[in-house]
Amino acid sequence: MNRLEQIEQGYLKKDVPKVIIGSTVRVHVRIKEGEKERIQIYEGVVIRKKGGSNRETFTVRKVSYGIGVERIFPLHSPFVTQVETIREGKVRRAKLYYIRTRTGKAARIPEKERVYATKKKKGPATTQSVQLAPPAAAPEADTPS
Amino acid sequence: MSRLNYRGRVEMLNGLIGYKLGMTQVFSDEGKLVPVTLLELGPCKVVQVKTLEKDGYQSVQLSFDEEKEHRVTKPLLGHYKKASLSPARFLREIKTEDSGFSVGQVINSEIFKKGEFVDVTGVSKGKGFQGVMKRHNFSGGPKSHGSHFHRAPGSIGNSATPSRVWKNKAMPGQMGNKPVTTQSLEVIEVRPEQNIVMIKGAIPGGTKGLVIVRKSVKKQVNAGV
Repeated sequence: MNRLEQIEQGYLKKDVPKVIIGSTVRVHVRIKEGEKERIQIYEGVVIRKKGGSNRETFTVRKVSYGIGVERIFPLHSPFVTQVETIREGKVRRAKLYYIRTRTGKAARIPEKERVYATKKKKGPATTQSVQLAPPAAAPEADTPS
Repeated sequence: MSRLNYRGRVEMLNGLIGYKLGMTQVFSDEGKLVPVTLLELGPCKVVQVKTLEKDGYQSVQLSFDEEKEHRVTKPLLGHYKKASLSPARFLREIKTEDSGFSVGQVINSEIFKKGEFVDVTGVSKGKGFQGVMKRHNFSGGPKSHGSHFHRAPGSIGNSATPSRVWKNKAMPGQMGNKPVTTQSLEVIEVRPEQNIVMIKGAIPGGTKGLVIVRKSVKKQVNAGV
């Protein structure tokens, strides 16, 4: 490891949020408005992960009022406080750019089959499966601008 | 190094030499991503102090990095011996208005502070012999439609007056591999224990290139910032 990489290590988060391509996530973003600070939630599908080390980013796509919106988050940004995984998608690609050209039913991503702990399969089972958060628990809904 | 001089200013050197380590990005205190260049600055040793009386100007000669004795020429070895220091890879002079530096004194990156502005001098990456389009941003000619004029410089002057080519006329030639200074760059972070200084934006030269960092000539920070 060279010195540049060593310095970059210091900017990594201790518990890196788990972001998987194709999964539907709720990103908790810290937003500063003047003096006040609040958490905004951005929900969508992870279509891309890019970069490494402290430069790693992920792109979340959603369709808001019929308009496709993509937001890029630096994974290690202090503004990204939490990433909840709502469901994991079954995808065969690392970059889901094909979703951009599709709308409606064709734009769906099938849910990944869950592996239940009762089966006791080898390898990682339900540890990172699904964290279903009730929508009512959201501190504040995402407001369209 | 930190006593006050006659103007009541803290007496210290305003420049240091070191290596460029490369670029990355870091999160600022506000959490924003900032592009930075990492520099390994110092520790530098004072090899010679030049004075107004003896040399006609004031400056401090700094050495940086170690060098094996057999790789240093004998005259230079004598120069280090006189200062009773081990040979170094680089010797550079930094002009200063302050006196009170002593031979053998070690200066490290503590002289820079977060939020300050600096000028960085390095040797730019060599591009070789280049034409006018790359070297001087000439527009060139059309690529197609029967054009026979593509990347040539075109006319280089008038005939009767002045009947010669102006000085400094932009022409093809060696591009890059020459000293370049980028001014007024912000210092993002200083880590004296690691000899690391982070500077916002790009600086001339490639990774591992030698750089000289001086306090900015043009842009100063107000007290309190």
